[in-house]
Amino acid sequence: MMSASAVVFYILSFFILVTGVLAVTSRKIFRSAIWLLFSLTGIAGLYFWLQMEFIAAVQIVVYVGGIVVLIIFSIFLTQQSGKDLPAPVRSRAIFSVLAVCAGFLFTCMLVGQYTFGAAGRPAAPGNVAGGVSVGNAVGDIRVGNGTGDMSVGNIGRQLLSTSEHGYVLPFEVISILLLAAMVGCIVIAMKQTPENK
Amino acid sequence: MSQVPLSHILFVSTALFFIGMYGLFTRRNMITMLMSVELILNSVNINFVAFNKYLYPDKLEGVFFTLFIVAIAAAEAAVAIAIIINLYRNLRSIDVEAADEMKF
Repeated sequence: MMSASAVVFYILSFFILVTGVLAVTSRKIFRSAIWLLFSLTGIAGLYFWLQMEFIAAVQIVVYVGGIVVLIIFSIFLTQQSGKDLPAPVRSRAIFSVLAVCAGFLFTCMLVGQYTFGAAGRPAAPGNVAGGVSVGNAVGDIRVGNGTGDMSVGNIGRQLLSTSEHGYVLPFEVISILLLAAMVGCIVIAMKQTPENK
Repeated sequence: MSQVPLSHILFVSTALFFIGMYGLFTRRNMITMLMSVELILNSVNINFVAFNKYLYPDKLEGVFFTLFIVAIAAAEAAVAIAIIINLYRNLRSIDVEAADEMKF
């Protein structure tokens, strides 16, 4: 007997996988982008199901609102409308399906054999109180650093903290990377000026 | 949530990863290959979030790795699309087979 939450999980994962398959097999590139959009939205739903609201919001804002829109714009800029993508060469398609299935089965076998700490189940809410792990979850959990709940406030505080478990250095590195990527994009996509020609 | 074991979430993310790999193998169009890369990055994100939630529920490390991966994926998509548009200007095509000028 499955609970409602388990049913929601299986429906969500079915939706993600079906739209993902359609995104990589559709012959029309615009439809492919729209299927990708659905798949990414389904993944955001999976984050909501995992009670990671902040990550789900980031997923929707950055992926659905940013990257997919960027992809659709680039499709409009570079494709002739109404032209189908060529079908993959049959031998290559067969080889790809075989390789992908073999890799999937191998990885699933490894994942299925591995036993996670407490049988891979989330700790009961009572076991985790304010970042102090009391329970049986995993043997080597370090006793908490005050990050018990996953609220946005806690995420922001630890992300910008300079103390032991702070992530301010990667944060700054990422910000430099984003700046460099922005400058790089402008330089690469800029039209050549006439005197350069 | 406690009804679903962690391994089922890992099966879903593995399947999504290999769907992305199939797209990379069969597509010859640069934009669709970029979409496959996005699917692969998302499957990795699902893994990080699930591990954080199931195995270390009092930590936030998985959240941070996911945030950084999303940021890097956004930067990567922007740069890739700039390169694709530049290639289209020069070659009038975004097929990977057409970009063979540097092929020896």
